[in-house]
Amino acid sequence: MPIIETANLRKEYDKLVALDNLNLQVNEGEIFGLLGPNGAGKTTTLMTLTTLIKPTSGTAKVNGHDIVKNPSMVRKSIGIVFQDPSSDDILTGYENLKLHGMLYGMPVDLREERIKEVLNLVDLTDRKDERVKKYSGGMRRRLEIARGLMHRPKVLFLDEPTLGLDPQSRENIWQYIENLSGHGEMSIIITTHYMEEADRLCSRLAIIDRGKVVALDSPSNLKKIIGGEVVVLKIKNPVIDSFEKLDFVKNIELKNDLVYLTVLNAGANLQQILQVAGKVDSVEIHSPTLNDVFLHFTGREIREDSTEGGWGQRVMNLRSKK
Amino acid sequence: MGAESYEFEVKEMNEINGILAIWYREFKVFLREKSRIVASIVNPILWLLIFGGGLGATISITGINYQTFIYPGILIQAVLFSSIFFGVYIVWDRKIDFLKEVLVAPISRTSIFVGKIIGGATDSLIQSIILLSIGIIFGQLGIIPGLKFGAVAFILALLILLITTTSMVSIGLIIGSRMESPEGFQLITSFLLFPIFFLSGALFPINKLPAWLSALTFLDPLTYAVDALRNVLLGTSQFHLLFDLAIIITFSILVIIAGTFAFEKMKV
Repeated sequence: MPIIETANLRKEYDKLVALDNLNLQVNEGEIFGLLGPNGAGKTTTLMTLTTLIKPTSGTAKVNGHDIVKNPSMVRKSIGIVFQDPSSDDILTGYENLKLHGMLYGMPVDLREERIKEVLNLVDLTDRKDERVKKYSGGMRRRLEIARGLMHRPKVLFLDEPTLGLDPQSRENIWQYIENLSGHGEMSIIITTHYMEEADRLCSRLAIIDRGKVVALDSPSNLKKIIGGEVVVLKIKNPVIDSFEKLDFVKNIELKNDLVYLTVLNAGANLQQILQVAGKVDSVEIHSPTLNDVFLHFTGREIREDSTEGGWGQRVMNLRSKK
Repeated sequence: MGAESYEFEVKEMNEINGILAIWYREFKVFLREKSRIVASIVNPILWLLIFGGGLGATISITGINYQTFIYPGILIQAVLFSSIFFGVYIVWDRKIDFLKEVLVAPISRTSIFVGKIIGGATDSLIQSIILLSIGIIFGQLGIIPGLKFGAVAFILALLILLITTTSMVSIGLIIGSRMESPEGFQLITSFLLFPIFFLSGALFPINKLPAWLSALTFLDPLTYAVDALRNVLLGTSQFHLLFDLAIIITFSILVIIAGTFAFEKMKV
């Protein structure tokens, strides 16, 4: 049974459609990623699943409870670490955790035990009696992760867990998250726009754009969708038409003066590509990354430039080829 | 770990724990904001000594020293301002995103509201105890001539101030629940605070007013709180104490009900 299941989840703000009949399933025990550009609807999805905002239509089940009909049961099943700090900085780290334990109705002895446990987990035991005001960004995020874990939720939501953190803190937090999921009892939902983070942590991910799931699979399968290697050419005023005639070029994306070609046997065919390209400032060949997948599915620039074809059609083409 | 993870079952008891949690936090914040405590004591004393002393030099009201006459009114004023201002904390909670942490917890919004009222009432209670004690001392020292009240009056006054505070905290929270910015909150409340305060008869007797002004003072719920307090502390009043109490209790219940609705509708 999936731990989260959405059914045509829709959220409209005035005329803006934030979630456009979103459908996805998250399996128990997995780390599931929501990947998408800013404003794609990731945070709205999280806020809806955590009952903080009500969907316009459609619904979802979290841990078997309906988010619209039974929000309080949903709230008992979940923990969340918000994108922006949501601890009270006039209180100490310990006091924030104590408050959390009280809000979740934990008996005193259990609460104290768990506070010790989670403080230890995020290495904040020494700093627990300092006011959160004095914490660094990374410490504060760690405190809030500890807080989200304290009542041992079935589902933990992490909204951009490493946004704005230095590489060292980011690495630490990734390790915490990996350790957490190691036991396989907790399902973790992460929103992120860091490809590296999604690639490293998530067993499956959904690429979300304009409130819709445009792709959903494991990172490695998503990369396979690209179906070839990626050749990036830097050209002034590139002309796409000429590349379309090459039959080994499976896909073309344009981003400013960079042309991203998905190419079969890129090494062998490079000569021909360069001939077609004309004057090229630089060339790069790499195996597909999530970045390429992301560009492939959401390719904003191309849509905004309204270059012929459009990304939607390309996705359709790609799917029919597959 | 699996099943054991859920050894604590969240029950109805949780609502009480939730209220306690909110109260715990408000109280911690109160204790740490020293300037707020100091201001809530110093401002009323300034009103009493400077405003009361200045005007009292030329006026006395029905044989009572003017400073003595306004002392109950100043107590109400102190509670009114700090209680309504307490609503700004919900705006801050929203601004610092702490509100999300509270709203996503498995407790009802009514409990959050009740916890906030108890938090605000605690602050006012402490403030009231200090101001009433200062009143006794000032009376004894003759700084405010003729101000004399005993233990029973002290307790009754505290009760009246507490009822007043619950209604005023509710009003502050209702406004706060709809506001995005502290500045907006301050703007709206200042429009509200001064008419409520001036019409309450805190600074003048309400029995010799022109008809239009008199009618307005009768509409102000705070009028009855000031009257009740004057009754208890000075032994002079316009209405019967039970009538005053009935009005302020009813008003308090009404705004608390309105407040629970406002919290139910409140956005993150």
